[in-house]
Amino acid sequence: MKHRISALFLGTALALAAGSALAQDKNVKIGVLTDNSGLYSDLGGAGSSLAAQMAVEDSGLAAKGWKIEIISADHQNKPDIATTIARQWIDVDKVDIFVDVLNSGVALAVNNLVTEKNVVMINTGAATSDLTNAKCSPNTIHWVYDTYMLANSTGQALVKAGGDSWYFLTADYAFGHALERDTAAVVTKSGGKVLGTVRHPLNSSDFSSFLLQAQASKAKIVGMANAGGDTTNTIKQASEFGIVAGGQKLAGLLLFINDVHSLGLKVAQGLSFTETFYWDLNDGTRAFSKRFSERMKNKAMPSMVQAGVYSGLVHYFKTIDAMGGNPRDGVKVVAKMKEMPTDDPLFGKGTIRVDGRKLHPAYLFEVKKPAESKGPWDYYKLIGTTPADQAFRPLSESVCPLVKK
Amino acid sequence: MQALYAQLLVGLINGSFYALLSLGLAVIFGMLNIINFAHGALYMMGAFCAYFLLNIAGIGYWPALIIAPILVGIFGMILERTMLQRLAGLDHLYGLLLTFGIALIVQGVFQNYFGSSGLPYAIPEELRGGINLGFMFLPIYRGWVVVFSLVVCLATWYLIEKTRLGANLRAATENPTLVRAFGINVPRMITLTYGLGVGLAALAGVLSAPINQVRPLMGADLIIVVFAVVVIGGMGSILGSIITGFSLGVIEGLTKYFYPEASNTVVFVLMVLVLLVKPAGLTGRAA
Repeated sequence: MKHRISALFLGTALALAAGSALAQDKNVKIGVLTDNSGLYSDLGGAGSSLAAQMAVEDSGLAAKGWKIEIISADHQNKPDIATTIARQWIDVDKVDIFVDVLNSGVALAVNNLVTEKNVVMINTGAATSDLTNAKCSPNTIHWVYDTYMLANSTGQALVKAGGDSWYFLTADYAFGHALERDTAAVVTKSGGKVLGTVRHPLNSSDFSSFLLQAQASKAKIVGMANAGGDTTNTIKQASEFGIVAGGQKLAGLLLFINDVHSLGLKVAQGLSFTETFYWDLNDGTRAFSKRFSERMKNKAMPSMVQAGVYSGLVHYFKTIDAMGGNPRDGVKVVAKMKEMPTDDPLFGKGTIRVDGRKLHPAYLFEVKKPAESKGPWDYYKLIGTTPADQAFRPLSESVCPLVKK
Repeated sequence: MQALYAQLLVGLINGSFYALLSLGLAVIFGMLNIINFAHGALYMMGAFCAYFLLNIAGIGYWPALIIAPILVGIFGMILERTMLQRLAGLDHLYGLLLTFGIALIVQGVFQNYFGSSGLPYAIPEELRGGINLGFMFLPIYRGWVVVFSLVVCLATWYLIEKTRLGANLRAATENPTLVRAFGINVPRMITLTYGLGVGLAALAGVLSAPINQVRPLMGADLIIVVFAVVVIGGMGSILGSIITGFSLGVIEGLTKYFYPEASNTVVFVLMVLVLLVKPAGLTGRAA
């Protein structure tokens, strides 16, 4: 009996000691999992690591005794490689939070893992809207954009402008399929017709066969449900094959500023598409982007993916600081992040919805003519804004199990 | 039916890139016995060279067609003299690993400075626009690519198979000691041959600059297919690689029409089939 009581005391004492140690745990490890070498590396890559670094510096947490470490790895756009790295990061390196994680195929795979292992993912790079719908997770926040929002904004605007017949040129993996599906839904709902679709392998270099098929369809709009190098090559070759000159209009469903930069204004002018961040929106975005670009090797302005890494981490740091320590519990942190309103210079004031969707306005941009541009990176004209509460999929249409109906 | 004609023509256009690149590989393998994995990186350097010539020196497309292959060719010859030469007589694997390593380094350096999205390069003024062929709209530039590559391929074939220089070269690979006894500088000949192969890759790079984005990884994406072309055609066979290059372009084009999802794999399926039936390739001589 005596033994049992002393054992009980010992146990309680240990538990208390462990408890107080937890409360003082001010170590955080951030994992930037991205494409560091492939076709999307300009959108995320080293720029995402830099954005994370800047978020750490600007947070001021180091002065409050926090120790924050950033590690980065190249997932090569392969879900199997990504999950192997992620597993090691969680089990061995004790990573608390994943950021960037671009490529929808990769994101869906890592999403399962962070849920299973109870860590946090702020996804700023992947497009698939499934991350906050059928595949939503209490551990994941989808920060910057998604296929539903892109389809809704760009798709609706183009159908309204008379583009009522569509042909899709789709990247043949999770992202392309999601973007095509969501856009086709918007087109049909707005009274348009989808005439056909052709699916090309990811990272193709020649699109002429696909473009000829799009041309033969006589659709008014050729919707490009692809991204990165695939989109820029499509646009370049479309101008060669006289797609636009023949009266068809190209719709870039997902374009980034780096793509426009790489195409040059002469080829890209007149394209309209949707983003949630542009460096030249206001004083806050300009100040950040200037600092960012100065530290980038090729002096690039931040993409919305990279801006999202900064913005997401700013909110994460605020949350864990308010919690007084790192609870090492992903669900708890994400729940707290959803409670607190977000506010940062890049995306302004916003909220995170119960399904993990970060809400902010979506901007419809048009690429300037070469004569309208005042200098390098001065590329966009703002032609429309969808307010935060209308930009993303309404909860009433959601099938996410976290949404109580 | 009209669409089919169009796809055939598009396939021919892509085939001309395959032909030019696999030709360079075949020349290098046939004469030097090196499996040149750096070929894709050198092709990329050709495109970048055209970009630099235009944007730094103001030299346009036409001179670049000559200057870029020469500059990249010289780079290739330096590689051959300083590194590849040391591997002569060793197993193929060493050359393969070395050139693969060089490719990774070159691509990494370019990516570090220029990012992955690439740089714009416009189609030269004279070749803009297109012709309506009835069944398709053929951009003039694409037509030029087919004709020009065909001429270059045949000229190379003629040089190696039909001239005295080519005969010396082939003899030098067969029996270097004997050829040296005739007073021919064999090492220099080999260096020049490597330069020629590399120059062909750079030429393909310049040709593709206006069509594709000038990207550090443009060669890495293409080189695997080109290797499959070389294997199907028969390692080291010059005419074989030209014919296979064009015909695989056409087959790939047709796949893009009938079953686009498989267009990346069809070449490799063919490669497996050919290897099963004729292990030395379609036109290769059994070792």
